[in-house]
Amino acid sequence: MFARLRQRLGPVGYRLSVAGAIIAVYLLLCVLLKGGFASGLTFALNSVLYMLPFITFGAIVVIAVREGYLKSQIGTPLLALTFALIVGVITILWAEKNPFKAYGALLAGSLGSLQGISETLVTATPLILTGLAIAFAFRCGMFNIGAEGQFIMGQMGAAWAGFTFKGLPMILHLPLTLLCGTMGGALWASVPGFLKAKRGVHEVINSIMMNYIALYLTHNLVTGVLMAPGQIPVTPAIADSAKLFRFLTFINPTFRVNLGLVVALLAAWLVYLLLWKTTTGYEIRAVGINPHASRYAGINVSKSIMLAMVISGALAGTSGAVHVMGIQHKFVDVFSFIGYGFDGMAVALLGNNHPAGVVIGALLFGALSAGSSRMQLVAGVPKHIVTIIQAFIVFFVAAELIIKKLIARRETKSEFTEAEKEVAG
Amino acid sequence: MTEVVLRMTGITKQFPGVLANNNVDFELRKGEIHALLGENGAGKTTLMKILYGLYQADDGQIELFGEKATVFSPNDAIGLGIGMVHQHFMLIPQFTVAENIVLGHEPKKFIHLDVASAAKKVQEFSERYGLKVDPMAKVENISVGMQQRVEILKALYHGADILILDEPTAVLTPQEITDLTQTMRELVARGKSIVFITHKLKEVISIADRVTVIRRGLVIGTRNASETDSNELAKMMVGRDVELTVQKTPATPGKVVLDIQDLHAFNNRKLPALRGISLQVRAGEILGIAGVEGNGQTELAEVLTGLRKITSGRILLNGAEIGGLSPRKIIEKNVSYVPEDRQRRGLVLDFSLAENIVFKNFYRPPFAKGVKILWDKVQDYALKLIDEFDIRTPNEKVPVASLSGGNQQKVILARELSSDPDLLVIAQPTRGLDVGAIEFVHNRVVEARDQGKAVLLISLELDEIMALSDRIAVVYEGEIVGEMPASDATEEQLGLLMAGAIRMSDAV
Amino acid sequence: MSNDKKTLSPILIIAVLVIAVAAILYFVFLRGDNANTTSGETLKFAMVTDVGGLGDQSFNDSAYEGLKKAEAELGAEIQVIESKAMDQYETNLRSLADQGFDMIWGVGFLMTDAVKNVAEQYPDIHFGLIDAAFTDADGNPLVLPNTMNVLFKEHEGSFLVGVIAALTTKTNVVGFVGGMQFPLIEKFEAGFIAGVRAINPDIKVLSAYTGKFDDPAKGKELALAQFGQNADVIFHASGACGIGVIEAAKEKGLWAIGVDSDQNHLAPENVLTSMMKSVDVGVFTGCKAIYDDAFVPGITTLGLAEAGVGYAPTTSNNVNAEILAKVDELAAKISAGEIVVPEIPAEASAFVLE
Repeated sequence: MFARLRQRLGPVGYRLSVAGAIIAVYLLLCVLLKGGFASGLTFALNSVLYMLPFITFGAIVVIAVREGYLKSQIGTPLLALTFALIVGVITILWAEKNPFKAYGALLAGSLGSLQGISETLVTATPLILTGLAIAFAFRCGMFNIGAEGQFIMGQMGAAWAGFTFKGLPMILHLPLTLLCGTMGGALWASVPGFLKAKRGVHEVINSIMMNYIALYLTHNLVTGVLMAPGQIPVTPAIADSAKLFRFLTFINPTFRVNLGLVVALLAAWLVYLLLWKTTTGYEIRAVGINPHASRYAGINVSKSIMLAMVISGALAGTSGAVHVMGIQHKFVDVFSFIGYGFDGMAVALLGNNHPAGVVIGALLFGALSAGSSRMQLVAGVPKHIVTIIQAFIVFFVAAELIIKKLIARRETKSEFTEAEKEVAG
Repeated sequence: MTEVVLRMTGITKQFPGVLANNNVDFELRKGEIHALLGENGAGKTTLMKILYGLYQADDGQIELFGEKATVFSPNDAIGLGIGMVHQHFMLIPQFTVAENIVLGHEPKKFIHLDVASAAKKVQEFSERYGLKVDPMAKVENISVGMQQRVEILKALYHGADILILDEPTAVLTPQEITDLTQTMRELVARGKSIVFITHKLKEVISIADRVTVIRRGLVIGTRNASETDSNELAKMMVGRDVELTVQKTPATPGKVVLDIQDLHAFNNRKLPALRGISLQVRAGEILGIAGVEGNGQTELAEVLTGLRKITSGRILLNGAEIGGLSPRKIIEKNVSYVPEDRQRRGLVLDFSLAENIVFKNFYRPPFAKGVKILWDKVQDYALKLIDEFDIRTPNEKVPVASLSGGNQQKVILARELSSDPDLLVIAQPTRGLDVGAIEFVHNRVVEARDQGKAVLLISLELDEIMALSDRIAVVYEGEIVGEMPASDATEEQLGLLMAGAIRMSDAV
Repeated sequence: MSNDKKTLSPILIIAVLVIAVAAILYFVFLRGDNANTTSGETLKFAMVTDVGGLGDQSFNDSAYEGLKKAEAELGAEIQVIESKAMDQYETNLRSLADQGFDMIWGVGFLMTDAVKNVAEQYPDIHFGLIDAAFTDADGNPLVLPNTMNVLFKEHEGSFLVGVIAALTTKTNVVGFVGGMQFPLIEKFEAGFIAGVRAINPDIKVLSAYTGKFDDPAKGKELALAQFGQNADVIFHASGACGIGVIEAAKEKGLWAIGVDSDQNHLAPENVLTSMMKSVDVGVFTGCKAIYDDAFVPGITTLGLAEAGVGYAPTTSNNVNAEILAKVDELAAKISAGEIVVPEIPAEASAFVLE
C-alpha cells in the first residue's frame, strides 16, 4: 500500500504527506481528548512549541548518524531518550505543568549539585550490577528474570553476615559480608541454571519462581528469627566494620555515595575482561549465539550455561550486598519487589548488553530517579512522570527497528558500498 | 504459435550500493520452461521479485499477455495470474494441506471454513494437474517434496498461469527432482508457463526449454537448452572458463587411519539410524559416502565427531578407540569436520571472521595463555588464512554473517584444514555454493588428500561423489550396501544401490 | 568508511549542545524558583510519602489531609514529595530540610531509619514520624529532641469494629484478613478478636494473611474462602488487598469492614464500617504543636481517647443505633482505662470482658 502511494506521490510528496498525516492525527487526538476545538488546538500548538528543542536535538542526532559522524549504537539510545522526553513533554503539559521547568528540575536534581550527583550515583550503583547480571546471562543466551530474587538474597546474605560476625576486623569482615551477599545471589541463580543446563527447563519460568521464594523466605526470616527487637520487620543493623566507606563525607556528611560504586565499576570492567579477553568468555558468548555450533566446536554447553547463570546471580547478589552495606545497613522487609532486578533488564537493554553501555544506562536511570524529587518539589510534577519517561526509553530502545530505519537509510548504503568495493578490489 | 505471455523490458533496480538489475530484458513464452540461470547474487531472484510485486523497479516495463501491467504487491501479481513458489516455503505447518491451499480463497459456510468442500475442491484440483496430495494431511507431517507440491497447487488454485519457482531443487532428493521435473512438464503441457530460477547447470540442460543467463545484474544471453552445453553456460555465468571436472592424480593410499567396526546409533527420534556400519579410510584417499538423504549420513558424521552417542561398535583412529569421547577430545586427536549445515553448526554467524577461525582451538597455545585469549595472535593467524584461502572479506573483524555462502564455507575449510588433521570428515561441502566456489572447494579437498590426509566425504550429489572419491561406499537405511573403487562405479549401479534395489554381496 | 577521526569532534559538538540546552533550562527556570521560596512569617510544613504515594486511599492520603488542615487552619505553606524508591526517603527528607521547612513528616515505619538519620543531621528542624519509634543499635528506645513519633492504638479501634461484627453476625463466624504478618498488623487482629469475644466468646474468628499489601486478587481469594467457611463479616487490615476483600463481600452480598480510612464509598451496601486510623489527626496535632510553640519530642500514642482511632462516621448507614450505643459504651470504658485491649493475638484469644 505504502509502496503504491510512494510511487504516485514521488519521494518528496510522499514524505510531506506522511508528515501531514501525522500532524493531522495528532491534532485530532488533541481536539478529541481536550474536548474542544479551540482548547485542543491550543494544546497541540503549545506542546509542539515545547517539543521543538527536543525535535531539533533528535534531528541533529539523525543527521549525525546518517552522515557517519556518530555511531548508530550511540545514536539509537540517544534518539530513544529524545522520543521518551517528547512523550514526557506531552504528559507533563497534560498535567498542566511546565515541561521545561520539570526537566530543568530533573537535571538540576540529578546533576546540578554535588548532592544530586551523589544521589544519582547511589541509585546507579545497584543498577549497574543488576544490569551487568542481566547482560551477562543474556550473552549466554539466557534471560535471567530472577535477578530481583538474587538481589534480595544478596541483601539478606550481606545483612546476616554484617550483624552476625560482629567484632571481626574490617579487613576480614567487609569482604566476608560482600562475599556472603554474592554467594546468596549465585546460589539462587544456580537453581534455574542447573535446571536449564541439565534438564533443559526454561530459565525464565524457574527464575520467576525463585523470585517469589526469595521474597517470602526473607520475609519469614525478617519477621522471625532475624528480626531486630521492636515492632518493625527489619534485621539488626550491620556492624560498622561491614559498612562500605562513604568517601565524600569529608565534603558533606550527607553524601551517601560509597565504595559500592567502585565495586560496581570494577565488576563492569571484570565482566568486560571475562567476556572478551578470556577463553571462558569466548565460550559463553559462542554458546549464547549458537549452542549447536558451540557443541560442534567442542565447547561444553551445559557448563557454560551453568557458569553464566551463576556469575549472573553473583552479580545480582553483589548488587543487593552493596546496597545493604552502603546504603541501608540492614535488611528491610519490603512487602513486594523493590525493582532493581527488573530495572536491570531495562538498563541491560539500553546498554546493548555491553558493560560500558550498562554503566551509562544505569547512570541515566539513576539520574532520572534522583532528579524526580526535585521535579516534584520545584515543578509540582508527580513522580509517575519519571516512570513514564523510563518506560518510554525502554519502549523506544526495544522498538529499535523503527529508530534504525529512521537513521540508517544512508548509513547502510555507504557501508555496503565500501564493503563491496573492498571485496571487488 | 510462440505466444509471448510475459515481457519485461529495461528493468533496472538499484539497491544501496548494488545495481541488482541493469536494464534487463526478459521474455517468457506460453507453454515453456524458462530457466533463469546465474550465480548467487547475480540478480535473478530480484528480477522475479519485481515481477511478483515484492520489489518495485526503478525503471522499466512489464507487459503481461500483451498488456502493460503495474504490479505493486503480491496481491496484484496473483490477480494478474502470476504465482511464485519461494525457496523457503510459506506454508503454515499446523494447517492441513487443503487449508493451506485454500488460504485466502476459502470456501465458507457463513463465517466457518467449509473444510469438507475445501478438501473436495483440492482433491479435484490435484487430480486435474496430476499432482497427488493428501488434502487432510498436516503440512508439518509431509515430506519436503510434498510441501513443494502443495505450494505449486496453492499458486495454481489462486489462478496462476505463470509460475515462478525459486531454486526449487535445492531442497529435494534426486527422486523428488525427477518427480518435480515431471510435474513441470505436465503443467506446461496444459498451457502454463514456468520461470525456473537456478544456479545448477545440469538441471538447466535436463529440465528447461530455454535459458537466460544473468551475471551481476546484466543479461548475458538467452539460449535454447537443446543448443547449448554446460561449458558454455558456465562460462556465461561465471565470466571465465571454469573447470567443471576435477583434476586429480590416482590416489596412493597409506595406512588405515579410520577403522569403523559394526557401528550402531540412534537418530534424534530414537530410531536406529546406523545399523552395523563398517568402513575403513586410509591416509591419502577420499572415501565417498553416497546415498539418498536420511539414510544415516548425518548420524555417521556426528558419531565420528563425538556429537552423537554410539549404542554399539567401535571407532578406531590410528588404532586407538575414539568412540564415546567428547567432541573436544576427538578434535584434539586431529579429526576435522566440515559440517553439512554451515550456518547452524559450522559457524557462529554473529562472531567475527577471526573469532570463527579459532573456533576449535581458541583455548590452546598459541592463541591462549592460561584463560587469556591472545587476540593479536588470533588476528595474525586469521589474516594469514584469509590470504591462503582467498577469503573475500573487507577485513578479519566483520561478522561472518555478512559474507557470501562461498566465503563462509572457505572460512570453515580454512579452519578445518589448517589444523593439519589426520582425518577430515566433510559433509555436503558444496551445498548452495555457486560454480566458482565449488571448484575451489573441490580442489582443496583433493589437495588435502594429496597431503596424505584421510578424507571421508559425505554428499547427496552423486556427481560430486563420483568426481572426488577414490573409493565409494553406498549407504542405505543405515547400512553399507555396496563399496567399490570409484573407477569401477557407474551412475546406474550407484543409483540402484542408493534406492535399496540391489545390494552388493561382497559388501562388508 | 574511515570515520574514526570524524567521529570525535561531532560528539563533542553534540555534548556541548546538550550542556548548553541544559544550562539554559537550568538558569531560566530554576533560579527564579529558588528566589521566590524565601521564607516569611508563615510556617512551612512538608511530608514525604512512602513508595505507595498519594492516592493510596490509606495513610499517605490521610497524612496529606492533616497537612491540608494545617494549611487551612494554621495558614501554613505545605509541600509533598512522593518517593519513587525506598532509598529515596532520606534524599527527599533532606531536600525538604534544605528548603527550610519548619516540620517535615515521614509517613510509615519504612521511613524510620531515614527520618532518624536526617533528624540527626538537622537538629534545628522538627520532624514527625508516623507509625514507628526509634531504637538505638541495641534495641533500646531512643528519643530525638527534634522528632515526634506518632503511634496509634490500632487494637482499640479494631476492638470496636470487632464489637460491631459480633453484634451483626448471624452465622456466629467472622473473619480477619491481614496483609503481611508482623506485630503492627497483628495489633489489628488482636483488637478485633478481643472485641468479638467481649460480646460473645463463642463466635468463631477466622484469621488469614495475604502475605502482601498490593494484591487485591489475593485478598479476594482469602475472603471468598472465609465466606465459604460460613463467615458473614470480614475485617481486613491488608492495604490494597482489602479492595479484593470488599469486592468479595459485594459479590456474596455479605459484610466487609474497611481499614485506615472510611472505605464505605467502595461498596456502600457491603462495607459495614471502617476502622479509622486518623493519621491526619497525628499530623495535624504535630503541626499545631509547632504553631503553639509546644513541641514535645518522643512518642505520642493516639488511641480512642485522643480520637486517633475509631469507627467511621458512615457506620450509622448500616449499623443500628442500638448497636452503636453498645459500642460507644465500651469505647468510653476503653478511653477511661477500664478495659485494656490486648495487642497480641495469642492474648486476645483468651480475652474475657469482666
